[in-house]
Amino acid sequence: MTVLTVNGVKQETSVDSSTPLLWVIREQLELTGTKFGCGIGQCGACTVRLNGTAIRSCLTPVAAADGQEIQTIEGLAPSDGALHSLQAAWIKHQVPQCGYCQSGQLMSAAALLESNPTPSDEDIDLAMEGNICRCGMYGRIKAAIKTAAKAGSDNTANGTADALTIIATAKETADE
Amino acid sequence: MNKWTRRSFITTGLLAGGGLMVGVALRPGNRAKGLAQHVTSEGETFVHTWVKLDANNVVTAIVPHAEMGQGVGTALTQMLADELNADWNLVKFEEAPAITPFANHPILKGMLPPGVEIPEIVVPTVDGLLMRTAQALNLQITGGSMSVRSTGVYGMRVAGAAVQEMLRLAAAEAWQVPLDQVVARNSQLIHEASSRTEPYSAFAAAASEMTPPSTPQLKTPEEFTIIGHHVERHDIPSKVDGTATFALDVRLPNMLYATVRRTPTFGGGIESLDDSKARALPGVVDVIRLPASKAEALVGNFTATESVAVVAEGYWPAKQGLDALKIVWSETANDYVSSASIFEQFDRDISAGVDREVDVAEGDFEATMANAAQVIEADYRAPYLAHTCMEPLNATAVVEDGRAEVWVGCQAPLPFRQAIADAMGFDAENVTLHNCFMGGGFGRKSRADYAIQAVQLAAKMGRPVQLIWTREEDVRQDFYRPAVQSRFRAGLDKDGNLTAWENTYVDKHEPVEAPLIPYTPLTASNIGYVSSPTHVPFGAWRSVDHSQHGFFTESFFDEVAVAAGQDPYEYRAARLADKPRQLAVLRKAAEAAGWGAPLGEGQGRGISFQECFGSIVAQVVEVTVLDGQTQVDRVVAAVDAGIAVSPDGLSAQIESGIIYGLTAALYGEITIENGAVKQSNFSDYEALRISAAPKIETHIINSGSAIGGAGEPGTPGVAPALANAIFDATGFRVRSLPINLIDLDYKVEDVVTPA
Repeated sequence: MTVLTVNGVKQETSVDSSTPLLWVIREQLELTGTKFGCGIGQCGACTVRLNGTAIRSCLTPVAAADGQEIQTIEGLAPSDGALHSLQAAWIKHQVPQCGYCQSGQLMSAAALLESNPTPSDEDIDLAMEGNICRCGMYGRIKAAIKTAAKAGSDNTANGTADALTIIATAKETADE
Repeated sequence: MNKWTRRSFITTGLLAGGGLMVGVALRPGNRAKGLAQHVTSEGETFVHTWVKLDANNVVTAIVPHAEMGQGVGTALTQMLADELNADWNLVKFEEAPAITPFANHPILKGMLPPGVEIPEIVVPTVDGLLMRTAQALNLQITGGSMSVRSTGVYGMRVAGAAVQEMLRLAAAEAWQVPLDQVVARNSQLIHEASSRTEPYSAFAAAASEMTPPSTPQLKTPEEFTIIGHHVERHDIPSKVDGTATFALDVRLPNMLYATVRRTPTFGGGIESLDDSKARALPGVVDVIRLPASKAEALVGNFTATESVAVVAEGYWPAKQGLDALKIVWSETANDYVSSASIFEQFDRDISAGVDREVDVAEGDFEATMANAAQVIEADYRAPYLAHTCMEPLNATAVVEDGRAEVWVGCQAPLPFRQAIADAMGFDAENVTLHNCFMGGGFGRKSRADYAIQAVQLAAKMGRPVQLIWTREEDVRQDFYRPAVQSRFRAGLDKDGNLTAWENTYVDKHEPVEAPLIPYTPLTASNIGYVSSPTHVPFGAWRSVDHSQHGFFTESFFDEVAVAAGQDPYEYRAARLADKPRQLAVLRKAAEAAGWGAPLGEGQGRGISFQECFGSIVAQVVEVTVLDGQTQVDRVVAAVDAGIAVSPDGLSAQIESGIIYGLTAALYGEITIENGAVKQSNFSDYEALRISAAPKIETHIINSGSAIGGAGEPGTPGVAPALANAIFDATGFRVRSLPINLIDLDYKVEDVVTPA
């Protein structure tokens, strides 16, 4: 029996402990926002966060996540009906085309901004290098990460760095 | 723009709850009768666009196009909403169900937009397509960059204008006021003199009683309020929170999972199978041999060899089972075919020139060459390419009592339905197909092979089955962009003017005009092809034949300019002088890129020009080549798609097309070894990643010409612009792709002669 906390909810699974976390998330937990793309950690479509760090769930045995905190795209927004600043920025910049890689892109970007709230172009390249977008929306991904980072730093400067205010700022930016 | 012509009719009906349903159709004659009667009398169905106005004043367009990332639903909805003067927030889009009444006819009609000159060699094909359309109704295709310029122009705008006219008439009658005093605005009907305002839906029932206008008045471009303006795509919110449903995300009760391996050598089969280890694995339910399959549809025909599937309680045990199979593949006649032998064959066949077919032959080529002051020759090659959509091929099926229900992401729902029915021996009416968002399509998802496998498995298992291909299977069992070799000879006069152009290439597909060049004048030209078939399955790949010929012709034309000792941009511009629309696009790209401005160490600049899928694109690439490493710094594109219906959507498509083409130019190669594909996954079939992505600037020109395509025109021009930039930077002429196989750091002094 493996016990996971996924998006804040405790989950138990009895699948073989060598099963990649990806398939537990998609099939046992039916959280289908996390995608299968290559199965060998090359494309990043399966990216989720393990204790905050972006990982490739297609290569991570579920045993490695036992007792750990997992966040998937379904848990990225701070609450129902709200958006994470990155999600708002993704809409503002109209990032997704087919959209299939975007859950993984967003989870990698979320991990980046948490550890580095004001990333440079090089920081973004490094953090996002593992996420392929076959629709080629890299320019928009970079711009959206910067918009979200700016929304975050503006709020920090005002001393109101809680997530919901960040979202409100990102939405205002999107409305411009 | 404000005339829509001939061959259209509009039909109306009342929906339960008082809503209005309007269908717009094309047909050969000009009789404005009811749809049902028309269908009955001729056994044909032509309606392609349905528009629904419900009691809540919400307008829903139902159109036969699939969403694979191109934003088609939003662009089409813009066209409807604008003509309808609808409130953008009250307009929705649904993909038509895969049933025959929604067959997509204007996709073919759209190949003949008014005012567009059709090259002579294209005419027989266009006629042929229209003729075949009359016979075959299995068209529900998304491809050829056709949706906006066919369904949008001939369907959505007409529907919007017709509905608006009927609603205004209904309001004028109800209010007893002159028609010209009734204004339709933001989904409201307004009579200002009497201060009356009612929602469209209030008149839906009355409008449904009216005879639809046979020629509704369309807006002029100056009147557009939504077309050409920025709107956010409808589908994007669901693609940032994980709720968008792709076929892979379908979950059915009691569902099994499967994965599959097909004979790796094309044309081969299974000699023997030992599945004992696979069957012993926990979670594995069954191992099933699937027969060879084929489809003979108007679109997406294919043959596929035998395969073995492992069915399990989850994808992971199925994959473990697949890896545990011991399969001996049968020997085939193709076991010794390689990429090298294929290109040797191409070379031989071009040299032999047996049964060479001519696309264009003008002037006396040999006489012109004999008078040339300078002759240049070159051979170009492009490799096979896979599509590698982000979403691996998959389909989910249930088969019960002679009926199949299928969930799939595909570019051709009706041909898929027919192919599944044929494979199972069912009537097409007994196959229900649910088309989901596609995680990329690029042409691959017009072949139904993967959907047929899922249905065959579900039939065997008597339970729902979700078949998921491994990425390795996706790379090795594609319908590849064909490898091509192309041979050129050109003659220049003493002033460096191009006088003669000859081109012979292998195998012609579509679009037929892909190898033509736009430059004039030419004293003589001869463009043609020889047949050189291989055993490698091929299919449409984003921009189809333009993707290879764009690289060939625009690179060799650059060689001509260099041989003439002239600037490649000015040389092109001089030869587009009689085509002002084309010239404007070329000039825009060059000027926006700062053509001629000084560049840094190792840098080069290259230009290309492409006209395809009804749109014109020029690109300037800036590259840095240092120590043999190629970094594409910047791509400046200018595009004239007539009118950009969705400007940001057009820019996004050009950006996307460029990155797709750049991935291929830099890394893309499927190699054949022992008759099979060598590559397996993104590890050896690389995709461009963020750090290698150039800055892309897209400049849109709205010339007002017929609306062109968006999904494909950005792709062909980037490889030649890059190759031309590399020549500018290094003096090395790239004549084969991909570029990463070329040693751009090669120097003669590096070659050490052994002592």
